[in-house]
Amino acid sequence: MPTKKQPKTGKHYSFGIDTFGDLPKTDDGVLFTHAAAIRHVVEEAVLADKLGIDSIGVGEHHRSDFSISSPETVLAGIATRTKNIKLASAVTVLSSDDPVRVFERFATLDALSNGRAQVILGRGSFTESFPLFGFDLRDYEVLFEEKVELFSKLLDEKPVSWKGTTRPDLIDADVFPKTESGRLDVAVGVGGSPESVIRAAKYGFPLVLAIIGGAPDRFAPYVELYRHAAKDLGTTAHPVGMHSPGLIADTDEEARRIAWPNFKTAWDRIGKSRGWPPYTREQFDYEIEHGSLYVGSPETVAKKIARAMKVLDVTRFDMVYGQGPQKASARLRSIELYATKVIPRVRELLEEDEK
Amino acid sequence: MKSNAVKTIGILGAGKVGVVLAQLALKAGYTVYLSSSGPADRIALTTKILTPGAHAVSNSEAARLGDIIILAIPLSKYKTLPVKALEGKLVIDAMNYWDEVDGPRADTVPDTMSSSELIQSFLSSSRVVKALSHMGYHELHDTPKQKGDEQRKAIAIAGTNKSDRMAVASFIDSLGFDPLDIGELKVGKKLEPGQPGFGANLHLTSLKKLLNL
Repeated sequence: MPTKKQPKTGKHYSFGIDTFGDLPKTDDGVLFTHAAAIRHVVEEAVLADKLGIDSIGVGEHHRSDFSISSPETVLAGIATRTKNIKLASAVTVLSSDDPVRVFERFATLDALSNGRAQVILGRGSFTESFPLFGFDLRDYEVLFEEKVELFSKLLDEKPVSWKGTTRPDLIDADVFPKTESGRLDVAVGVGGSPESVIRAAKYGFPLVLAIIGGAPDRFAPYVELYRHAAKDLGTTAHPVGMHSPGLIADTDEEARRIAWPNFKTAWDRIGKSRGWPPYTREQFDYEIEHGSLYVGSPETVAKKIARAMKVLDVTRFDMVYGQGPQKASARLRSIELYATKVIPRVRELLEEDEK
Repeated sequence: MKSNAVKTIGILGAGKVGVVLAQLALKAGYTVYLSSSGPADRIALTTKILTPGAHAVSNSEAARLGDIIILAIPLSKYKTLPVKALEGKLVIDAMNYWDEVDGPRADTVPDTMSSSELIQSFLSSSRVVKALSHMGYHELHDTPKQKGDEQRKAIAIAGTNKSDRMAVASFIDSLGFDPLDIGELKVGKKLEPGQPGFGANLHLTSLKKLLNL
């Protein structure tokens, strides 16, 4: 029920890029400021739009290594300079936000972009927003459960009455702006919690699986769980998507050479605060060969994406790009190759398979 | 492949870790009882689709029915464990303090204790062994191998009684990993987040070296 533009028959594939706004470097090795990094994401989105990529998703983080804490503001900047690309959050941490404000901001983005906004709700894997906005992580379940319920009511764009424990009650509250389509496009991003998969089905939201480590095959039963749950609960099971990290260069060797130090920097910085051991080359190579790193030449990456999409029976693939302090030029090249070589090749591989 | 005396496994917690451990135990031929904090029917569908063959039950039933019980709930919720039903049981503590879900560590685990010692003191009549906590759940899922396979990875085990550690070792072997007995429960501290063993997805010899054994 919530999405627009769902095809009635046949498979409609969608390919996107996602970023958290990591700080890139210049070719001379100078790290971008947060402000410059945000402007760079806008330029990347403009390129992606020009090259026909279907969506860009920007994540919400509240820490020094990522420039984007306010995704919809960045997306609004992108909106006024692009024509077709879908503008998504990846993800919106609803639990530490206010559903009414989230609706207002995305409805505004939807207006600026002529209906291209998409909210992807989720937990994300970072927790900085909780203490920052005065929430206790241990209340996560009730925060998410209550807020997603209110948010789903707001999506009907009619006056809402709501009672709960996580924000003030609402009595016939009408919220603006209204969207032109009558409903915001909303999906749920899930990292593998079965309960979250069932919740997405319960509200009839499309599902995007965040698969950031290990073989994607592990998630095939989760797609099945989503579809079964929707059937049992009498809601609509929408097409499912996936989101995984990647980097594309002209050759496999070049892609690994660029990715390795940057992925390691990004991983170890996060790992340090979580007690993970340092990222090893063995892990990196394993993830490329058998796991969830889509790093390589266009042909290598296209084959890997097509395989994963087939195994999981998903129709949307979003590649997280630009991890760590990569050169800005390498990020643009990765996007260019993704749009011009990888996506057409994945479509070809998937269509061959449909025949 | 499964060990002789142990036929049924009770897994408390049907989240990411609990589901993967249930899948491994089913594959190794055990009867699996899976539970979450709520009533059994809340995880009926999850169990049917993700762990076909496992039985969705209540926490106390899983605790009562398993020859070995695995704890896979968020650590900060440990006070919800069915203490009575776990009396006398061999319990594998696969939990870690994890700031994404547990909030500040000091709110749950005193600085002077390892998290498994805390669980042992709470479950004072159970036999707690720390294991299956240091390897990431997707690696647990992806890497089991037959005995003798040179790719086989190792899982460290810490616990008070030698015989309990041996029983857990044989269970871990049956899941597709080389067991590594590292001794007393308190030594399990080495496997906690921020410590050398955490995240280790290594062969037996490398894990021994990492843990200075």
